[in-house]
Amino acid sequence: MVVGVLALQGSFNEHIAVLKRLGVKGVEVRKAEQLQNVNSLIIPGGESTTMAKLAEYHNLFPALREFVKMGKPVWGTCAGLIFLADRATGQKTGGQELVGGLDCTVHRNFFGSQIQSFEADLSVPDIAAKEGGPPIFRGVFIRAPAILDVGPGVEVLANIPVSSDKYASSDLSLQGQKENSDSGKEVIVAVRQGNLLATAFHPELTADNRWHTYFLKMTSDVGEGALASVSTPVDDLTSNEQAKNDLPIYQ
Amino acid sequence: MAGSGVVTVYGNGAITETQKKSPFSVKVGLAQMLRGGVIMDVVTPEQARIAEEAGACAVMALERVPADIRAQGGVARMSDPQLIKEIKQAVTIPVMAKARIGHFVEAQILEAIGIDYVDESEVLTVADEDNHINKHNFRIPFVCGCRNLGEALRRIREGAAMIRTKGEAGTGNIIEAVRHVRSVMGDIRVLRNMDDDEVFAFAKKIQSPYDLVMQTKQLGRLPVVHFAAGGVATPADAALMMQLGCDGVFVGSGVFKSGDPARRARAIVQAVTHYSDPEVLVDVSCGLGEAMVGINLNDEKVERYANRSE
Repeated sequence: MVVGVLALQGSFNEHIAVLKRLGVKGVEVRKAEQLQNVNSLIIPGGESTTMAKLAEYHNLFPALREFVKMGKPVWGTCAGLIFLADRATGQKTGGQELVGGLDCTVHRNFFGSQIQSFEADLSVPDIAAKEGGPPIFRGVFIRAPAILDVGPGVEVLANIPVSSDKYASSDLSLQGQKENSDSGKEVIVAVRQGNLLATAFHPELTADNRWHTYFLKMTSDVGEGALASVSTPVDDLTSNEQAKNDLPIYQ
Repeated sequence: MAGSGVVTVYGNGAITETQKKSPFSVKVGLAQMLRGGVIMDVVTPEQARIAEEAGACAVMALERVPADIRAQGGVARMSDPQLIKEIKQAVTIPVMAKARIGHFVEAQILEAIGIDYVDESEVLTVADEDNHINKHNFRIPFVCGCRNLGEALRRIREGAAMIRTKGEAGTGNIIEAVRHVRSVMGDIRVLRNMDDDEVFAFAKKIQSPYDLVMQTKQLGRLPVVHFAAGGVATPADAALMMQLGCDGVFVGSGVFKSGDPARRARAIVQAVTHYSDPEVLVDVSCGLGEAMVGINLNDEKVERYANRSE
């Protein structure tokens, strides 16, 4: 099983480090043709405008859309969530290109600037049911986006409560939706739609691997027949590239 | 697999202690999101938009770029908060701003503006010759300059969540940046191969806290994100910094002091992503127009900003 990690910019090293801990080979994807060699793809956190620009320079968007359409598993964290969303608000002047496929509206940079970045314990019953462990997950939100509404086919995996003034400061064009979601005062921060997984926080920055194992199961479910014969060649993990040292995990 | 599955978890470690409610993980987290990116100095909202369009992962809001500070002389201070606010409004990417070394009130003002990162920078005139800002007292994260491993670890101990090697800002000359990156990386390689018993003396020699030196030895790299800065003027310079092992690049005067800023900015961004792919580097390096004028650092009269702090 080979998992691709889009390595244009951002926390791709962190994702590859987690995959390595789980004994799975993660490969950096920078060009369209490299997508053909991977079974699934992680779009990491980073600056979504930067990643979109780099994808545009090298004409990656058609290949990424094709990858999503083929039903191969794709997981976006933070900036990756914005990439996968069908609709995004709060973008830079002139907007940015998206891959799309996930039926939801994302508010870019919903929580504000770095000073509003935070950590929070999220209730993740679905993940705990499938992957075991405690029913909460420590989510790290860095200038994070949030999901404002989702289509009918989208399964919500985690929510986070927000104060109502957060909504007041969010985009004016969303006032319509504001009315009905005001009562709950929650925003969605993790969803799954078929083979697309998206989180607004960064599981790659924590020592808890459950989101990664969850995604790997999605990957092996898809390719059951084809992948059954593939035994993971663990030995070449270290051979071709000297092990890159990565940052510690702070908690 | 041996050695590759190690998770380093710091719970109650020395550098994570913070009284205020922004944990170190969140501070380092933003820097981790900037990895593989380019941070550009801008002096107007228009330049900030050009940088954003080119794919910069953050901008540094300034009144003057280092090349102008060098040319004009005088005391260089924190930028006008009004300018920083305007730049912040113009873009959606993170905005950084510089405070003078040791000037914690400038840092408090920058925190109150709500920018994303403070650069405690030797490019501005030093406010306190002996002490840096105690960065643990802030919720906003800091990036600090260094010339060698000892200086980097002293800054991290003071609470810096990101390190940039200093280079020599505003010169368009990469020599100092290479020297400083090589010094940090070389010291880490020496440290890695060192007997544990020798680390105490080594920590004393580089004048850094023993616990951080030991952590660096175990990790084989700086414990925070490490960017290069000071003298990057071409895509090749940027790719050189990446190949030497940096996580990303600051470009100061190199973009907006060149002939075609938008094009050069875009080229440097691509060079940092595809730093190990010479074919892409050829593509992006072609026809960029004039690079910024460089300064020869053999000239004794050129002031060394890098030596302003220890």
